[in-house]
Amino acid sequence: MLFKKAPDIPSSEITPQHLYLNRRNFLAGAAIAGTAAATGVGLRELVSPSTTVFAGNKIDGIKKSAFSTTETVTPYKDVTNYNNYYEFSVEKTEPATLAKNFRTRPWKVTVDGLVAKKQQLDIDTILKMAPPEERIYRHRCVEGWSIVVPWVGFSLSELIKRANPLGKAQFVEFTTILDMTQMPGQRRQVLDWPYVEGLRMDEAMHPLALLCFGMYGEDLPNQDGAPLRIVVPWKYGFKSAKAIVRIRFTEKQPVNTWNISAPREYGFYSNVNPTVDHPRWSQAKERRLGEFFKRPTLMFNGYGDQVASLYNGMDLRKNF
Amino acid sequence: MLRYLKPVLFFAALVPLALLVWKAFHAGLGANPIEFITHSTGNWTLIFLLVTLSITPLRKLTRQYWLINLRRMFGLFAFFYGTLHFLTYVWLDKFFDFHAMLADVAKRRFITAGFTGFVLMIPLALTSTKGWIRRLGGKRWQWLHRLIYLSATAGVIHYIWLVKADLRKPLEYAFVLALLLLYRVVAWLAPKLRPTRPLTPQAKVEISGN
Repeated sequence: MLFKKAPDIPSSEITPQHLYLNRRNFLAGAAIAGTAAATGVGLRELVSPSTTVFAGNKIDGIKKSAFSTTETVTPYKDVTNYNNYYEFSVEKTEPATLAKNFRTRPWKVTVDGLVAKKQQLDIDTILKMAPPEERIYRHRCVEGWSIVVPWVGFSLSELIKRANPLGKAQFVEFTTILDMTQMPGQRRQVLDWPYVEGLRMDEAMHPLALLCFGMYGEDLPNQDGAPLRIVVPWKYGFKSAKAIVRIRFTEKQPVNTWNISAPREYGFYSNVNPTVDHPRWSQAKERRLGEFFKRPTLMFNGYGDQVASLYNGMDLRKNF
Repeated sequence: MLRYLKPVLFFAALVPLALLVWKAFHAGLGANPIEFITHSTGNWTLIFLLVTLSITPLRKLTRQYWLINLRRMFGLFAFFYGTLHFLTYVWLDKFFDFHAMLADVAKRRFITAGFTGFVLMIPLALTSTKGWIRRLGGKRWQWLHRLIYLSATAGVIHYIWLVKADLRKPLEYAFVLALLLLYRVVAWLAPKLRPTRPLTPQAKVEISGN
């Protein structure tokens, strides 16, 4: 893999997301893209079957999504063996083993804060709220690497609508399970457990924001955030909280865990932005796992057309 | 004994590199091979720096004075792995983008520290021969080679400044380095703090040798 030849087409020549989305809409609509993506994945599976030995249960009735990228999907074994999941370990290779026996059933999610009615939702109730979709998203880690993952889930807005937040709710806060008997990483105060992340209401309601419970057509592996996580593809990966047990609606901006750990380095917004460096390293480029050369990082991770308007008039240098 | 031990240690010191090469050809470097190579060569640079720094305390405390014959080899291995680490950055990470590298060295303090640590090793490697000891004279050579204290400190700081939240591993290196440097301070202060029993000049040299 290390000495793999670079792709013939440099990333700089790949049609920008907004161009091909427009053209796609113009030409034939979402169905074609979905089919193309499926064919791409299918071909890949034929070419390298070793990467398709999955572990979980197949999820039935997955719909394709127009939001999917047609970029090459990162091999399953990389996405499941290279995990920043500090609740299990600070070593990326270890969650795969340490999360093996993590119990994802029974699983309840508390929905509270500024809602009409506080409730505890069973995971299997949540999964039936909307039909599952495959969303092939780019995923960019704040550390400077990226992957392309075929997530399975539906828009987070589906759950939020059913949660009935009050009018004054401005933010949504997500809390990861706190259970040091199952999560050895939580026995050390590397971060302020439990892990907390948050989104502004309009970000959370954006159709791209995904409530996710699967990938590669199957149940989400434990090391990737089972049984329930969010995926916010235009933000750095740490914004996409895993193993969620609580969704709370608030008036005040939630304080996210990495912001507590290093306020100068990790802001609340954490939108992927090649022009705003991490104080200690550049964010201009990224290494797509499996590629030899680094590729330029795209504004909002390439989702600018869809999400840039959320930040109109905001200084993204200040609101990093 | 040294005749056999030295070649054995020489090849043992090459094992980390051999493992890297083997893994590179057997898909053993994980999902992010370049990061793996960077971390591995960086770790081994620090390890060899600390091994080099532990020779003097070890030979003094155990009175195994022949150990001095191994010090240069370990020091050169620190430089060797440091060079690989540096080349990984220059070649695999930045792909000879000198503009980006200059910006890094100036702006990223962890890179500034790492680069300093590496550059400080260069004169030590160059003057590691018998000829250079003679040319510089023992005392001056010894003073020059105390740069390794700065180099190792810069290396450990480089690691501390690099990690996101988990300081455990860099602090392990920092702890060992602190012990090794503390030994030097104690060895230097001890004769001064015992004025009642002045040491002979010869014993002084014995204790304060680096």
